[in-house]
Amino acid sequence: MVCLAGALLAGQAHGQVTFERLVNSGKEPQNWLTYSGDYSGKRFSTLDQITVTNVNSLVAKWVYQTGATGKLETSPLVVDGILYATAQDDRAFALDARTGRPIWLYQRQLPGDIRPCCGRVNRGLAILGDKVFLGTLDAHVIALDAKTGNVVWDVVAADYRTGNSFTVAPLAVKDLVVIGISGGEYGVRGFIDAYDAATGARKWRFNTVPGPGEPGNETWEGDSWKTGGAPAWNTGTYDPVTNQVFWPTGNPSPSNRGEGRAGDNLYSNSLLALNTDTGKMNWYFQFTKHDEHDWDATQVPVMIDSGGKHLIAQADRNGYFYVLDRATGKLISATAYGKVTWSDSRDAEGRPIAKKEASPTLEGHTVCPGALGTTNFMAPTFDPQTDLFYVTARDQCDIFSTAPQPYEAGHAYYGSAYFPSEEAEPYRGFLKAIDPAGGQVKWKFEHTSPTWSGVLSTAGGLVFTGDAEGNFIALDAASGKPLWHFQMGGAVYAAPIAFAVDGKEYVAIAAGSALYAFGLP
Amino acid sequence: MVDSSEVGRSSARLLLLAMMAAASVLCTADDRNPLAGDPRAAKAGEYEFRINCALCHGLGAHGGGRGPDLTRAQKKHARSDAAMFQTISNGIPGTAMPANGTNGQGVGMTDEEIWQIITYIRSVEVKAPAKPLRNAVHGKQLFYGDANCSLCHMVEGKGGRLGPDLTAVGGSRTRDAIVDSVRNPSRRLAWGLTEATKEFPQEYETVTVVTADGRQIKGVALNEDSFSVQVMDANEQVYLLDKQKLRSFQKSRDSMMPKYDADVLSDKDLEDIVSYLISESAK
Repeated sequence: MVCLAGALLAGQAHGQVTFERLVNSGKEPQNWLTYSGDYSGKRFSTLDQITVTNVNSLVAKWVYQTGATGKLETSPLVVDGILYATAQDDRAFALDARTGRPIWLYQRQLPGDIRPCCGRVNRGLAILGDKVFLGTLDAHVIALDAKTGNVVWDVVAADYRTGNSFTVAPLAVKDLVVIGISGGEYGVRGFIDAYDAATGARKWRFNTVPGPGEPGNETWEGDSWKTGGAPAWNTGTYDPVTNQVFWPTGNPSPSNRGEGRAGDNLYSNSLLALNTDTGKMNWYFQFTKHDEHDWDATQVPVMIDSGGKHLIAQADRNGYFYVLDRATGKLISATAYGKVTWSDSRDAEGRPIAKKEASPTLEGHTVCPGALGTTNFMAPTFDPQTDLFYVTARDQCDIFSTAPQPYEAGHAYYGSAYFPSEEAEPYRGFLKAIDPAGGQVKWKFEHTSPTWSGVLSTAGGLVFTGDAEGNFIALDAASGKPLWHFQMGGAVYAAPIAFAVDGKEYVAIAAGSALYAFGLP
Repeated sequence: MVDSSEVGRSSARLLLLAMMAAASVLCTADDRNPLAGDPRAAKAGEYEFRINCALCHGLGAHGGGRGPDLTRAQKKHARSDAAMFQTISNGIPGTAMPANGTNGQGVGMTDEEIWQIITYIRSVEVKAPAKPLRNAVHGKQLFYGDANCSLCHMVEGKGGRLGPDLTAVGGSRTRDAIVDSVRNPSRRLAWGLTEATKEFPQEYETVTVVTADGRQIKGVALNEDSFSVQVMDANEQVYLLDKQKLRSFQKSRDSMMPKYDADVLSDKDLEDIVSYLISESAK
């Protein structure tokens, strides 16, 4: 707890959130400065006041009601005693992190005809300097004054009427705001953008579907690249050593119908390593080639350094846990961590490849995992104390059935339908602890039903997660034994964070329509 | 694409409802389906149906776990094409049927796509009732008498509480689905409590526990999470249990409902009971 002292003196201490602070976020564990807490994506806190032995006395410290309905997917930021978060319909707010009392509230005036995919959700903000950054459901990127919530700049990234939207928490790197588009269900052409944090001027765009003449365009049949999807709707990570941003991409469009887009469909369902200054791609790794099951690879890629190796690990929606060499993107291992029936062979690189009979048919047939995947957007965590990677997982199989559908701008473009499989077992949900070295599941905790909660690990030897029944749960990171829980009264679709104010550690998570903070009595 | 499923809980619901209502007024000024009888429209409608409707109403519109069989000529909420257009556009308040565009997945179907779906439904509709109703009066006698249904099931407030209330089941399930759930009650358990924003409702699973003092309790799970469970036993006693204090906890997808084979309940008697339930739901 020595490390806390600096910030806690302050009460109202603040200053600019510089890039140096973001790079060195480990030096100020009282703060939670990026979506995943640090640039590496670990969602691990070195705070150790709340421990395996005292967590059973944890109590709710405050609750903030957002007034929003639907799914609350936000992962808050905390800077020097102030918590910043978002809610549905592009609300953003700043709270006194000690009490949950609001400091400012921003509410976007959205057009009536936005095209969100899966709820009018938002997963959080980025912070840099004296501004916070929000991607909006009408596909704007905006900067808000961190002290007042006033709009500093507002730029249009894409036309929302053709299905573009932002739900992702942006990532602030150097003097840039990096953000990826949503809209794979509308046949958008995906992209990752970087904006000048000071002015909002766009510095670069990486099109995740290459155009004619660009490498990779040959992996798309005919003009299918124009509506190829490959959105980029979850937050990536950043390696200051190599100056690379790692950003994952989503499904090719239409999501469950491969006919008409023959080929690998690069760079859908891939992890991209981009030069931060230029947006140029250094390498890519495609998890699912020519995806026909909606298995977006939009999971947080976590940087892990182990035994002198610089790795990046991703628990993918397709049911495999991948470990790659961070410098080259070369596959080191791919191990199933849930129920998988779509693949029974590997290519020369060792990558699982699809069986022909896994393709959806007109009549429909069962494939595992189902369309929601073994995991999804829910944030994982890596705990450097246990060397384990914790991820929310589900065992669910679906019947995949094609439903040909013409592309029409701004209208849903699935080309498919999926249904719960009757022949399958009831859906099951887990928290799984994976050893990245061998890919083995070291322990699993079975939830009553599948959950959409992210996971946090802390130096107190704990992992925190939420469930669909509304519980916030603390487990022993070593064994998976549940040690404490609190019923929040609403399902969890968000990821927990940890922070400290006035020398006291808190953990916070959104559930139902509210944000909760917990601490020791 | 889809990051999760959500049915009809968007905060834009009211706005969209208003928009859809406005749009549907325009369309139903013409009470006729402009695509009626067009086989190409029916084919397009079949695919639209798969994407938008089949999750609840089943492939082929024969009804699923949640939505009624739409191949029936008699529909509870929409007789004419225009009424069906209204139902699809606005949803049915108080039921799981959402208004078009409010399932959290984009802006919903165009008017043309809705007419295509109606054209498709008309094309698969069974014009005459497949089987006329049998002896509903006898069915009611059996329900409350020898067949013992009412020990666990209610109709219109009369009957037991252990199993699902069957007042509306005749309208929301196919005849075959009702027969199947009597003959094979464990094959597909019924949905119970649905909680706001929770993805899956509780099902009527069977729970057997042994309490710390050695008492065995067997009943239906009313609700459950990782730490607690609420159980009703065959005497309709409700138990609120803390899982970690139990000596044992077992959950099974074998229904508490006994399997009614043909030697226990004849096909004819079962048809009479189903007729009673269908006639009751049509009231």
